[in-house]
Amino acid sequence: MGVVALFVFLLLRLTPGDPAAILAGDNATPERLERIRTSLGLNEPLIVQFITWVNKLLHGDLGTSLISNLPVMKMIGQRVEPSISIALCTIILAVIVAVPLGVIAAWKHGTWIDRFVMGLSVLGFSVPVFVVGYVLIEVFALELRWVPVQGFKSISAGFGPFFERMILPTCALSFIYIALIARMTRAAMLDVLGEDYVRTARAKGINEVAVMMRHALRNAAVPVITVIGTGFALLISGVVVTESVFNIPGIGRLTVDAVLARDYPVIQAMILLTSLVYVVVNLLIDVAYTLLDPRIRY
Amino acid sequence: MCCGPMDSGLATLSRPGMTERFDVTNTILDINNLVVSVGKKPGGHKIIDGISIQVRERETLCLVGESGSGKSVTSLTTMGLLPKGTLVPTGGSVKLVGEEILTATDRRLRQLRATQMAMIFQEPMTALNPVVPVGRQIDEVLRAHTKLDARARKKRILDMMEQVHLPQVERIFASYPHRLSGGQRQRIMIAMALVLEPKLLIADEPTTALDVTTQKQILSLIRELQRDHGTAVLFITHDMGVVAEIADRVAVMRQGRLVETGPLDTVLRNPTMEYTRNLLAAVPSLVPRPPREESREPVVLEANELSKVYKERAFFGKGREVVAADKVTLTLRKGRTLGIVGESGSGKSTVARCIVRLIDPTSGGVRLAGREIADISRRLLQPHRQKIQIVFQDPYRSLNPRVTVGESIAEGPINYGVAHADAIKRARELLELVGLPADAVSRYPHQFSGGQRQRIAIARALALDPDVLVADEAVSALDVSVQAQVLDLLDEIQNRLGIAILFITHDLRVAAQICDEVVVMQHGRVVEQGPAAEVLTHPKEAYTKALLDAAPGRNWDFANFRPVAEGVGASASA
Repeated sequence: MGVVALFVFLLLRLTPGDPAAILAGDNATPERLERIRTSLGLNEPLIVQFITWVNKLLHGDLGTSLISNLPVMKMIGQRVEPSISIALCTIILAVIVAVPLGVIAAWKHGTWIDRFVMGLSVLGFSVPVFVVGYVLIEVFALELRWVPVQGFKSISAGFGPFFERMILPTCALSFIYIALIARMTRAAMLDVLGEDYVRTARAKGINEVAVMMRHALRNAAVPVITVIGTGFALLISGVVVTESVFNIPGIGRLTVDAVLARDYPVIQAMILLTSLVYVVVNLLIDVAYTLLDPRIRY
Repeated sequence: MCCGPMDSGLATLSRPGMTERFDVTNTILDINNLVVSVGKKPGGHKIIDGISIQVRERETLCLVGESGSGKSVTSLTTMGLLPKGTLVPTGGSVKLVGEEILTATDRRLRQLRATQMAMIFQEPMTALNPVVPVGRQIDEVLRAHTKLDARARKKRILDMMEQVHLPQVERIFASYPHRLSGGQRQRIMIAMALVLEPKLLIADEPTTALDVTTQKQILSLIRELQRDHGTAVLFITHDMGVVAEIADRVAVMRQGRLVETGPLDTVLRNPTMEYTRNLLAAVPSLVPRPPREESREPVVLEANELSKVYKERAFFGKGREVVAADKVTLTLRKGRTLGIVGESGSGKSTVARCIVRLIDPTSGGVRLAGREIADISRRLLQPHRQKIQIVFQDPYRSLNPRVTVGESIAEGPINYGVAHADAIKRARELLELVGLPADAVSRYPHQFSGGQRQRIAIARALALDPDVLVADEAVSALDVSVQAQVLDLLDEIQNRLGIAILFITHDLRVAAQICDEVVVMQHGRVVEQGPAAEVLTHPKEAYTKALLDAAPGRNWDFANFRPVAEGVGASASA
């Protein structure tokens, strides 16, 4: 994390562009520009700026947005719920659909079922998420009027409204994850099904479902868990396109806005948050490994 | 019958009427004119072409054959475990206690497995599910086929684990497979196969992956359990030594056909078919070949107190140290063969790899043609590499599949500055030297059989005119008839080129036939060393004696179709 913090800090300072200039607007006088710089501490040497920033960071202060003047912590706080909701719903839906699909495809390897699942998965990869999003909106929101077109309601406002608005973005997003996870599951299962212990399991005379679930799937789980984990991390750190299509105030859009405005504190906080998510997710993946495979020890 | 509860469902199907009929012959497995083809279409290639064998109660039938003879396919057909769609039984019948297997439903086959017929496999390392404790894996059999409650099941499993002589059964019950040794895993497999007392046990090369001492224990275990339970055993193996140890009757297979079948003694003493005779004649004798006169040639390779220690770093606490080779000293003279023999984990391959500097020794010296090479840098080593070349165990993986044979052989000399055309010309000569056509240079490895590939690997090693050839289990993956040919080839090359050979093997028979001197290793240390004829006939150390004693079929002199004892005086007077 420390390395990430330093890297982020330097990277942003080294990219061209002056936040003071953006803040001050096109007609600013040099004096006004200078005043803004001083107030933001931008005139201090880099090392001093860095130490100040880290010191605040360790005290839980992520700084104040250069643009909106709101504390960064609060800005992110507002945006976290939609993002986490989408990520969780998407990954849950994807796993529920994709893992069985992958298992069945591997089990019925070479049959039309297998080809159908793989065809679906190619489709999932190739159709861009905004296309899926707009198609879903057109059909379910505009034509059938089953759900609202867009927006987000906090779960504290009741499960119904929350769920209603969650359904379409989740479906749209999970499309590609279903494709990815199904493919991964199938490949891992095919590998495992050729193993000697699967033959042993069959030689015991236990039924095929038990062979698949107890013997094959658990051994195939490691690569699948990895994909699910990294997929989840990607989802948390923002899905700009989906958030834009469905007008959801999530982290993805916050990041893009901050980058465009060179809002240093927000960008820094976002990158740190993202890397934190990755670290935590990877830790969870590693823990899952040791639970799944007794041979793996750290 | 003591397998009460789980049988209740099937008894009505198989028992009445059958019993009387089969008491007459006691035939458990009756394979009649079986044909197995590739694919469903008629006219597909026949993997099994009309074989008929019977296995009776309390009998062990050994199905012997070289790779590709169809012995494993026969066993998988019996279990109904053929890969669906690729291999299909297209004719004949397989009857288990009178019940036809080939037309049985999947459901019925599942019922029969483990209760009536069970199987153990070659690789105990991979045959158990790595993520499930072994006790639960055995438990699964009981849960699938019986209505016993958890306590009764566990009692039965622990009892079975004791019958296969596992120590500390409670601990092993909860252990994962990777915590157990190969021998222990195979015992678990046997316990799993026999826990429901099936009438037929199919053992597919169950000891091939094990060390000889473990192999001996497993073989006697199978014998013992068979005696106690009256099981019929179909034992598949390629190893004549194992056949001599365990078989009551022998069936010899070749290319999907049955060559010869008969009682053990008859087949070993008076084989009627040419193929069986050749197969037996190719088994290397455990009696060492007559020693060659002592060599006065210069020493080309010397290892002096060579050690290799692997340090395992632990995140917390102290790291572990594994001494793979501990002060190994050996000398090899020009034109001689030195064997390093030992079981897995004895450090024999580590020593070979340190000598060739594929890995760096931790301490000690290696003198190659008078030059110390153990601690010189990789760059300084370069000119010396050509003096020592290595041939590996697995000819299927040691040649680059995308490079032609000629380029593979020529690569070494080209690295040392030989012109491409000259190197290819030399490759053609070398291929002829190892008994392959010169035009093989332009072909790819997959176009050759295992034995031919090993010849190519030898030609590749010889291309650099080395002083020393290291053969690391170079014949272990080959069928006996091919193995004999490759051994002859090495011998011939040595006579012609005066090359020194360092021969690493776990197989005492092979060592007895090719080595002038042997070094016996255990746990990284040299236990005993000396002239092969001396060490292998009058071993001094207990470990060497145990190794020799465990060698399967040690009482048989296969090539002369008689027990060793009868031949004493004729060939084994040493």
